[in-house]
Amino acid sequence: MRTVDLYYLSPEISLSILAFAVIILDLFVQRKGWLATVSLLGLFVPTALTLALWGVRTTAFNGFLIVDEFSLFFKLLFIVVAALVILASQDYVSKFPRMQGEYYALVLLAAVGMMLMAASGELITIYIALELNALSLCALVCFLRDARSSEASLKFLLLSAISSAVMLYGMALVFGLTGSTSLRDIAAGLVPLKRLLDEPALLLGLTLIVAGFGFKISTVPFQMWVPDVYEGAPTPITAYLSVASKAAGFAVILRVFYIAFGGMDLDWGMLFAVLSAVSMTIGNIVAIAQSNIKRMLGYSTIAHAGYLMAGLASVSALGIGGEFLGPSGVLFYLGAYAMTNLGAFIAVIAISNKTGSDLIADYAGMARRTPALAFALAFCLISLVGIPPTAGFVAKIYIFNAAVQNGLVWLAIIGVVNSVISAYYYINVVRVMYLRPAASEEAVPSTMALRSALLISVAGVFLLGILPGPLMRLANIAVSVLPVP
Amino acid sequence: MLSTIVFLPALGAVIIALFLREPRKIRFTAAFLTFVVFALSIYVFAQVDPSQSPSPFIEKYSWIPTMGIQYYLDVDGLSLPLVLLTALLGFCAVLASWNIQLRVKEYFIWLLVLETGVMGVFTALDFFLFFLFWEVELIPMYLLISIWGSGRKEYSAMKFLIYTITGSALMLVGILVLYFSSPARTFDMLQLAESGAQPALLTSQAVFFLLFFAYAVKLPVWPLHTWLPDAHTDAPTAVSIMLAGVLLKMGGYAMIRVSVNMFPEVASSYSWLFASLAVINILYGAVVTMKQQDMKRMIAYSSVSHMGYVLLGISSMGKIGLTGASLQMFTHGTITGLLFLMAGLIYDKAHTRHIPDLGGLASRMPLMAVVFTIAGLASLGLPTTSGFVAELTVFLGTFSVWRVATILGVIGIVLTAGYMLWMLQRIMFGPEKERFAKIGDATAVETVPMLALVAAIMVVGIYPRLLLDVFSAGIAPIIGRLG
Repeated sequence: MRTVDLYYLSPEISLSILAFAVIILDLFVQRKGWLATVSLLGLFVPTALTLALWGVRTTAFNGFLIVDEFSLFFKLLFIVVAALVILASQDYVSKFPRMQGEYYALVLLAAVGMMLMAASGELITIYIALELNALSLCALVCFLRDARSSEASLKFLLLSAISSAVMLYGMALVFGLTGSTSLRDIAAGLVPLKRLLDEPALLLGLTLIVAGFGFKISTVPFQMWVPDVYEGAPTPITAYLSVASKAAGFAVILRVFYIAFGGMDLDWGMLFAVLSAVSMTIGNIVAIAQSNIKRMLGYSTIAHAGYLMAGLASVSALGIGGEFLGPSGVLFYLGAYAMTNLGAFIAVIAISNKTGSDLIADYAGMARRTPALAFALAFCLISLVGIPPTAGFVAKIYIFNAAVQNGLVWLAIIGVVNSVISAYYYINVVRVMYLRPAASEEAVPSTMALRSALLISVAGVFLLGILPGPLMRLANIAVSVLPVP
Repeated sequence: MLSTIVFLPALGAVIIALFLREPRKIRFTAAFLTFVVFALSIYVFAQVDPSQSPSPFIEKYSWIPTMGIQYYLDVDGLSLPLVLLTALLGFCAVLASWNIQLRVKEYFIWLLVLETGVMGVFTALDFFLFFLFWEVELIPMYLLISIWGSGRKEYSAMKFLIYTITGSALMLVGILVLYFSSPARTFDMLQLAESGAQPALLTSQAVFFLLFFAYAVKLPVWPLHTWLPDAHTDAPTAVSIMLAGVLLKMGGYAMIRVSVNMFPEVASSYSWLFASLAVINILYGAVVTMKQQDMKRMIAYSSVSHMGYVLLGISSMGKIGLTGASLQMFTHGTITGLLFLMAGLIYDKAHTRHIPDLGGLASRMPLMAVVFTIAGLASLGLPTTSGFVAELTVFLGTFSVWRVATILGVIGIVLTAGYMLWMLQRIMFGPEKERFAKIGDATAVETVPMLALVAAIMVVGIYPRLLLDVFSAGIAPIIGRLG
């Protein structure tokens, strides 16, 4: 270990320190509102350190940790998401009698796990980072401590453990064949094998690893946990799960497949294309029947994992400047999706704070009771459909463009047809809010923190919808570090 | 200038959303802004020489450089009259909404956003931007129909949404394939047309139909027309005006601008299909119209029939036919806009749209009776009205190419005369009815859009060169590509 390695790890280190500082602070302060403020302000330190590292391309800790624009892109994304989640949690958490400090600390620790996932260049590190993230989230899911929340947490824990075990088995097989856990060495070790089908053990290993990641990004057929956990978890944590956890999963997949398996003479892109088509179709069709908005957004997130995988499938698509359109599309989509889905969930939090219900039917007349919240939610839902002027519109075009450039026209067609299906259930919520008479005329109050979090995400959705250029450029820079597959 | 025309209504919507509360102020703001847009578009119309490309008003900036997307607005002979039409109907629609009492603020916000979307479609020459505006119009339209409509409004609005969005989803794939196939990786519509679309991934037939499907839904072409009668009938008056007046034209405009212009060979080889569909549209539309008892539903089906002439003109793939089709779009916009306006006004006053319940209204509302009759006569193509010129041009253009189709199309005119005159007779004339003894004629605010549209119909009818020259200058480069 070199001393400079600590500098390369500084965003994660500072974030961990912040997490423990919040727990300790919890012991001393009486006004718990300070905890959120400290967590938020504290996030500026890892942000600054991440930004300071921008432009550095190196490895640390003997290649366990990769510092490049790709990992920094994700680190920034996780920090922004964590900040918005904390902002949106304040209200929610203030109702907990105890352990508010732990809540914020766990949110921050989950972020540390995700940052490490995006930055690790070695299978064991990936596994540890994944567990750090999963266990923190698992504890957060049961924070409500009612029957549903506990059930959700247990489900999450068990399935997470199983998927980890499956993934570890896959990793072990790959290690056995190549003699290394480092992604680069795996790539080198695979060179003599070249063809996947010649080596059944490798095929099995790869499949098991995909299964493990599939759980993280909540794709079909590893999506079973999603609706129940989404429904039972505290809503800010649902938002966190749906956005950040998924982004981290995609970061790892991109890294592992491009570096370790990039040289394989195998079209693993086709594997993701099939998963993509199945995932978006099942997610969207099942979402239609949902009456609980959190469950609906749960199925919607499965569908969006499908759209995102269209980017993974587009391995050989190159853009105007020769950049990888597929991965770049995934990164842009994740950014756009983060803003959109957080916005939607924050609006849901604000509304359920008042009504205490997550049923879509109880959103009747929201356009009258709280015009701003209803508009914000409608705007985010429209972005999820992919109608302009929103981030979702540009993101979908960007990622389907990658698919077309890769010759996957059939996947693009399935994708756009799915958008049509999804329009039905997203617009249905808009319909209920704008057309159904309100059950009561009571206004829906929301705190300053919630409103600012919502404003930030809605502004993000709109800005990415009309000026997507800068984020696209960032995404292009980030994926330029991936080796040519 | 063009950006102002496109975004002034949207800006108005933001102003109304943030600063205005009083319905009166909201109405006047909307009316003022749409009038300014109208005035500006007249100015642009007068300034632009349609044979010159690009026009002096061109706006072309790099927008999303990573994908080669431009912010590219311009007008030419094909789009210029449609911009004018949109501005005119946008203004008329605001005036026709004067009596809206329910959720006034939201109503005008969405109406103005709608105008921005349609304006954008007619001025955008970058395919991405074009597609963006094409989609922007969806949500305002959905809400306008489903909140302020009547009857099965939610069903109709959702049907409209699903039909349109399905079309545009497929169009997106077509656009992306075209983008991928263009050597320069560009969304520039003129450049795509010039380089001749030779799609790499799919056959050009497949791409052509991916795009054509979206436009066929919009126009609408039988059998994709079923959303139209529902949406038109259940929409509030002003929205019917916009829907029939300009939204359908997006389909016809895109057919000429994209389908014919970018795929001249494919379009020519399938022109038999368009001619046949056009005849079905015309005759089926007209026959179904005859059966209708609801005034608005009747006008809606007559639109299906009349948009058939647009498709018929396009199927000729010749200069006169295409010019006729374009002119038919403009005239149908003014005529049907006026018909829907009159239907809406009569409904406001008589509280029914059921034709057998109406009758003898002419003595109660002489001015409205005259205007309604003018609209009806224009719709059946009476000389000195614009309907005559447009339909005649279409027939002149198609007769040499599709003789049978043209003859069948002319029969459509006879049917139109039948249902229009019959409708006028049943509504306006005949014995006076007791229950309508109290109703009066149009108010001043209502008279303005009536007279504006009558003027548009008569001016174009008497001096059609005003538009014909513009359109044919816009069509000329397309004809060049058709060979």
